[in-house]
Amino acid sequence: MRAVGLTVNGIPVIETVEPRMHLADLLRERLALTGTHLRCEQGACGACTLLIDGEPARSCITYAVLCEGAQITTIEGLEDDPVMAALRQAFTAEHGLQCGFCTPGMLITARDIVSRLPAADERRIRLELSGNLCRCTGYVGIVRAIRRVLEERRAGALAASAAEPRRLGPVGSRHGGPSGGEVSVSTAAPTPAGPLLRAVMVARVKKAFARLLGKFRR
Amino acid sequence: MKPTNFEFARATSLAEAATILRQAAGTARVVAGGQSLGPMLNLRLVQPSILVDITAIPELTHIEEDADGVVVGACVTISDIEDGRVRVEELPILASVAGGIAYRAVRNRGTIGGSICHADPAGDWLPTLCVLAAECIVTDGRRARRVSIDQFVTGAFEVMLEPGELLQAIHIPRPSRAARCGYYKVCRKAGEFALASGAVLLDCERDRFRAAIGATQGRPVVIADARVILGGVPRPGAAVGLDERAANELLGRAGLTTPARLHITALTRAAASAMAK
Repeated sequence: MRAVGLTVNGIPVIETVEPRMHLADLLRERLALTGTHLRCEQGACGACTLLIDGEPARSCITYAVLCEGAQITTIEGLEDDPVMAALRQAFTAEHGLQCGFCTPGMLITARDIVSRLPAADERRIRLELSGNLCRCTGYVGIVRAIRRVLEERRAGALAASAAEPRRLGPVGSRHGGPSGGEVSVSTAAPTPAGPLLRAVMVARVKKAFARLLGKFRR
Repeated sequence: MKPTNFEFARATSLAEAATILRQAAGTARVVAGGQSLGPMLNLRLVQPSILVDITAIPELTHIEEDADGVVVGACVTISDIEDGRVRVEELPILASVAGGIAYRAVRNRGTIGGSICHADPAGDWLPTLCVLAAECIVTDGRRARRVSIDQFVTGAFEVMLEPGELLQAIHIPRPSRAARCGYYKVCRKAGEFALASGAVLLDCERDRFRAAIGATQGRPVVIADARVILGGVPRPGAAVGLDERAANELLGRAGLTTPARLHITALTRAAASAMAK
């Protein structure tokens, strides 16, 4: 077992994990951040795509121990991001999802296209999306949604977030982090950040439930 | 699926990495971006005793350009190269090959050194680096030595590294300004591994006319003098004619048993793309 310190959606987290635990399992099973989806677990389908140090990466073939000191941003952490807000609207307007399984990964990749490639045409959008599979065959709507947001950006309606030049080497490999390292026993003391994230998630689920109940009662 | 369990170590120096690898006596796996190793671990195709993370070793993310060419650290990522951070005027081929490898989310972690050491015959770097006559800088933590890329790769998924050795960097010689280089891969989906691939370097000034065919059953087939199969040096803009019989013979001699039509197509298109620019 090994303690890994990383920052998830702005909150520092220290978790004790087996080296074989991949990042998506850490997020989903320890932190209840189930917005990151898992399907192929071999880097092919793109459902688990999230941001590591601000850039898209696959969380199913990136082990948590490799991300010591990294900044992880999941779909939950992009609620207030202006590009993501525009994408959510556009995905709704253009029917960019059906079952929703691929959507978190699609949105992360879409955000990368809008931020990194403001001049992208339809061909380029499709090329950049080729690492994200949608089995409801919803590509037409997804591509239209991304085009819509790109047009908004080109028209100056959307603040462009210029990426900072990053260190050379794999994203997530800065190893600066909040104090991880070898742990001799598997029963490490619980850390405050994990429960905090879990509490936030539980509160959110409760709120959503209450809203749903309200609808039924009406 | 999930991997079998393994130990984990993060090396902070070449010497430390080499020591761990030597102690593990062949049961360790080096990990950098893990974009090929991750799927293999998840599918339990590999079951190492320990993973040795080398991304914290400062030497491995160096890029150094000199008069001869450029030295690219093994942990430089594919997207680093795609974004032009290996800036060599005579080698625009590097960024264009990088952009066709997998997907951005994979390129952000996958490294050039990892790709070479993984030695997947269908990978994009091997044929490209073979025509560029790149050299691998191999270290045992104390001394470094240079091995040409076609010697470094010994077969499908096999390289000549001994336990206790690792790939430190790749030296890519600078072609002349007038050199033309092309790469083409045949695949059915963008970003996929190649069904067949070809690379061509035509450098009249340096008298180098190399070609390589990838996605074979083993290491890339290197053609030291591409003029033999191209019927001389193609003229810019003119259609590329390829001597299929000569190419087939070369491929047959290299042990390729399946019909080589796709490989010949890839090579022809690589030559055409070199001459088109």
